[in-house]
Amino acid sequence: MSIYINQDTKVVVQGITGSTGLFHTQQALEYGTKIVGGVTPGKGGTEVEGVPVFNTLDDAVEATGATVSVIYVPPAFAADAIIEAVDADLDLAICITEGIPVLDMIKVKRFMEGKRTRLVGPNCPGVITPDECKIGIMPGYIHKKGHVGVVSRSGTLTYEAVDQLTKAGVGQSTAVGIGGDPVNGTSFTDVLQAFNDDPDTEAVIMIGEIGGTAEEEAAEWIKQNMTKPVVGFIGGATAPPGKRMGHAGAIISGGKGTAEEKIKTLNESGVQVAATPAEIGDTMINVLKERSLYEKCLTHEPQV
Amino acid sequence: MNIHEYQGKELLRKYGVAVPNGKVAFTVDEAEAAAKELGSDVTVVKAQIHAGGRGKAGGVKLAKNLDDVRKYADEILGKTLVTHQTGPEGKEVKRLYIEEGSDIKKEYYLGVVLDRVSSRIVMMGSEEGGTEIEEVAEENPEKIFREYIDPAIGMQPYQARRMAFNMNIPTDLLKEAVKFMLGLSKVFIDNDCSIAEINPLVTTGDGKVMALDAKFNFDSNALYRQKEVLDYRDLDEEDPKEIEASKYDLSYIALDGNIGCMVNGAGLAMATMDIIKHYSGDPANFLDVGGGATAEKVTEAFKIILEDDAVKGIYVNIFGGIMKCDVIADGVVEATKQTGLEIPLVVRLEGTNVEKGKEILEKSGLNITAADSMADGAQKIVSLVQ
Repeated sequence: MSIYINQDTKVVVQGITGSTGLFHTQQALEYGTKIVGGVTPGKGGTEVEGVPVFNTLDDAVEATGATVSVIYVPPAFAADAIIEAVDADLDLAICITEGIPVLDMIKVKRFMEGKRTRLVGPNCPGVITPDECKIGIMPGYIHKKGHVGVVSRSGTLTYEAVDQLTKAGVGQSTAVGIGGDPVNGTSFTDVLQAFNDDPDTEAVIMIGEIGGTAEEEAAEWIKQNMTKPVVGFIGGATAPPGKRMGHAGAIISGGKGTAEEKIKTLNESGVQVAATPAEIGDTMINVLKERSLYEKCLTHEPQV
Repeated sequence: MNIHEYQGKELLRKYGVAVPNGKVAFTVDEAEAAAKELGSDVTVVKAQIHAGGRGKAGGVKLAKNLDDVRKYADEILGKTLVTHQTGPEGKEVKRLYIEEGSDIKKEYYLGVVLDRVSSRIVMMGSEEGGTEIEEVAEENPEKIFREYIDPAIGMQPYQARRMAFNMNIPTDLLKEAVKFMLGLSKVFIDNDCSIAEINPLVTTGDGKVMALDAKFNFDSNALYRQKEVLDYRDLDEEDPKEIEASKYDLSYIALDGNIGCMVNGAGLAMATMDIIKHYSGDPANFLDVGGGATAEKVTEAFKIILEDDAVKGIYVNIFGGIMKCDVIADGVVEATKQTGLEIPLVVRLEGTNVEKGKEILEKSGLNITAADSMADGAQKIVSLVQ
């Protein structure tokens, strides 16, 4: 088991012929992901990497039965691509694109109200269920199949946490990057809920950063509902206020959204927060041992 | 991206939002000419810098005659203003705004921002004008009112009326207030603003509802479609290293430490700063080389880091996903050759094509300290710069 995607997931790539889309399609195919089609308007009827290309997402979905799309479309056209995916009634749309205007995302969210499609991202690394399905830009080889779920606002920091777990012999059920934008599709709480319901996930790592209140909302949900242990990390404790730290959403404004506040709130909800980004894996292992979950979560030989 | 007050008011005027008459001036003569043209009894001489708190720092003066205008213009132009938003080094004033004085009855606050929780634009209003809204939120949160704007239909007149009543704007000025609010919401949406703040909004003795100050910030992701806004950009107001970085699509923020950082991904870049600090080091910058970096971009990133004289060592921390380690390694080698690097360099590589990347660094014969992990690299660079 896993959340959102598994070995049977059929994926369409929106923007498959662009350089980023193409590179990561090759990587995903190598990993074993079932990429069944691609969309590039005007290139319908052609093929890349043995994958048929369609002019519209509707055509692609009708021909292939895909239920998930991944979006590598440039920022100016990405909102349109997300809306196309929602309109095609897909289960899941994963938007990797960074740099989408906020007002575009506000319209997208408005359009998505009452629709069934789940959006992950934008500005995210994607979703991976190790050994089954990799959708996005994460390096596949660092992941191992297992029982710890990972959810994060940051791409590279997710890799860092996953790598620490894998080296310690602890595999992952699914890793979800929710993205660093201020307006996004799936929240921490959505993913935590899914992990809580997933019988194969024993514990969760949640990686947040400065800006907004998504971590605080998640902490409240954890306090009320989460039955599985959660380990956290918050990036940006040393970031100066008022400056946008790369991610559009990572900004301390009006004294709100500081790492200190988030760490405090998470601690109060029973989340163990790692002191440094290098200790995320160790913190999780200690928690697993305390809860007698370590044996079960040790999925392979640790690297010494 | 930020703009000046006078530019913000120009934008407001285009949308029919009332602002006092005024003109920009770059010299004392221009300031006098502007005041003469305005011909008001009282003229306000206002320093134009991208920071709040100008009044308290002596950047806003009331002039009763043209001699006063000349005197104040001369005094403020070229002066370095230090406010709570400029940092201790302050900002030099190069432009003035000469504005007619207003007969202020009462000051209010009106702002438009993104509300992340609801994924909507929200207008916030309060009758506690003039002070910072954060203070009002802290002390009198019940005095802040909010109207959420539906992106499908925009702000509606009834919302503006409700806001005006909540803010206790006199009923005889309701029409003016509604026009002001609807205009401001349209400015925000049409121009891809991320902040539009009118503090204070004032009612005047002659029955006007006007913006006495205007602070705008724009979504940098949307500037590609906002050519007119981009024309307002004042490079004098920005950190030269940040400007240079933005040319190469690098996200760079100067800090005051001595360890230069080059990292891929904003989250990892922040975490790298955090871990350097954890080992008692001091980061000199935040630098995210982003996803699609080329060797050239990495070289430029290096040059930008090295332009900071305070930098005594560099820590490159890369976890390649979209970014390939061999590309980073090529860039690091090229940059080291071009800049003749004389300070310690610690490189930690992991992720896509990591073996190729490590090989390139080893074969280069350059004096690079390799690190096995993020913590290892942070400890190494901290001890090397000591």
